[in-house]
Amino acid sequence: MRQIGRFYLIAILLFLYTPIAVMMAMGFNESPLYELPFTFSTRWYEALLSNQPLLRAGANSIIIALITAVIATTLGTMASVALSRRTFRGKSLLQVLLLPPIAIPWLITGTAMLIFFYWSGIGRGMHALLIGHVALAIPYVVLVVGTGFKTVRADLEEAAMSLGSTPVHAFFSVTLPLLYPSILGAALFAFAVSLDQFVISYFLATPGYTTLPVQIYSAIRKGFTPEINAISTLLLLGSMAAILIFARFAKPGDTRDKR
Amino acid sequence: MTNVKVKSVAKTYGPIPVLTDISTEFPEGSFTSLLGPSGSGKTTLLRIIAGFIKPDEGVIMIGNNDVTNVPVWGRNIGMMFQSYALFPHMTIAQNVAFGLERRGIKGEAAHKEVDRALEMVRLWGFGDRTPKQLSGGQQQRVALARAIVIKPSVLLLDEPLSALDRRLRQEMQVELLRIQRESGLTTIFVTHDQEEALTLSDKVAILDRGRIVQIGDPETVYEKPLTRFAAEFLGDSNFLSGKVENGAVRLSNGTVVRSDSALPGNGADVTLAIRPEKMSLATADSQPNRLSARITTVIYAGPVLSYILETPDGLPLKLFAQNRDGRVLREGETVSLSWSPEHTIAVAN
Repeated sequence: MRQIGRFYLIAILLFLYTPIAVMMAMGFNESPLYELPFTFSTRWYEALLSNQPLLRAGANSIIIALITAVIATTLGTMASVALSRRTFRGKSLLQVLLLPPIAIPWLITGTAMLIFFYWSGIGRGMHALLIGHVALAIPYVVLVVGTGFKTVRADLEEAAMSLGSTPVHAFFSVTLPLLYPSILGAALFAFAVSLDQFVISYFLATPGYTTLPVQIYSAIRKGFTPEINAISTLLLLGSMAAILIFARFAKPGDTRDKR
Repeated sequence: MTNVKVKSVAKTYGPIPVLTDISTEFPEGSFTSLLGPSGSGKTTLLRIIAGFIKPDEGVIMIGNNDVTNVPVWGRNIGMMFQSYALFPHMTIAQNVAFGLERRGIKGEAAHKEVDRALEMVRLWGFGDRTPKQLSGGQQQRVALARAIVIKPSVLLLDEPLSALDRRLRQEMQVELLRIQRESGLTTIFVTHDQEEALTLSDKVAILDRGRIVQIGDPETVYEKPLTRFAAEFLGDSNFLSGKVENGAVRLSNGTVVRSDSALPGNGADVTLAIRPEKMSLATADSQPNRLSARITTVIYAGPVLSYILETPDGLPLKLFAQNRDGRVLREGETVSLSWSPEHTIAVAN
């Protein structure tokens, strides 16, 4: 049984990581047509350095993802506080309405946003991309932080208040520090949702301002070189590093009761 | 060290009244238990005094100050919660210092106070540990230290011992009482454990459906219950009902029972409560009140024997007897019970 389990696990990891490994390796292959035999070369990384559109799109993607993460995490955490700790009219309706956007196909959300932004005069470009990404990321943040809230007992804030804390002080000195791993996780989620986003970005980007996935897509249509592998590898290593840092500090899966 | 007054406090949640016209006083330095089943409103009353809940009507006074509209954080209360509620991301010392810091006491002065409080709960030297490294009983002591270090006007305890096992709970009761006496803090203690209420308190208040049905020292409340609920909830009671006849009570089976309680006029319905340990097996010099009954169950508990009996007309009775001579009656035996009029208490239904 153990053997089968281990084999199964290895098979899954292989399926997940082999394509990525091949993609990374091909970035270091001399041939522009992904031909074998493999000849080690850094020429695509050198070429990448002078490929301004691809680099700019990469930078745009990271900047948008960072801003999205900050805004969505702040707004989403605030929503979570309200949903977890307060009672107000329409709360359950709001809770229910927050979830479908995760399930609605991005193509539909994207089309809707494009039409709405065009009609309302918001238009396209960086600001439109930001609004779209933040809107997409908020439900994920509410979900992750909301789960975190369940592990922080409500009577901790009450204890702080009995000792002289105002509700605001109680939140910042007790709840927030305990919620911090969930908030960090939510921020990472928001960052990933934005960085990954293609469909909505494709609709809302302008020729002058585009993100990496959109740029890669148009590059593929024109015929492409392993420069794309190079920038993908860099991006991948960046995200992996972020996730590993998170895992190191937040210990996801740590279900010890926080009381 | 102040007294606490509650005047005509009422609270409803929607159509449901949780507290109805509660007026009582908690004297300076006293230890009062609020005792009642769940849903009796005892926790709501405590949370109203703490300031977590605003009463619909009524006034809360701490000392000479009307605090009805003062929020929790302005009331200077010390509170202990059922779940300890220690801050898991702080050390024990930081937990205890939390309230001091809010009062502007920092550095060396705070350090001294924290040490003193930890010494009082016998946890001196535990300051650098985290709550997770402590046992349940130790966490409870830290919670107590954190509540008393701020020198609160009143100490509010919300069933703080209910999460501990029996042995630890008894230990903590002694500890709690010692610290309460040493500090002289006016203490209000919510519990559903009657034994705990009797052992710890100067005063016991029994709550039933949002009202205080009786408040007094443990002895009075136990020996002279005012209502059937009080007689039943605090300890065990046998109930006999009948009609008043010439200053005594005639039961439905014809037996006449005497009581020292003030009885209503002739012909009135009345319920009498008799504690099971106040009844004894009738001998020659026995008391005037007698009933015969058949033993249905014998519970042998070492020093105490409990008998469950039934009178010929089907009335259930309980009898607690000291195991003095090692003689245990058998199930099925019919015995004669007797008790004194002094212990026959007329209670309101």
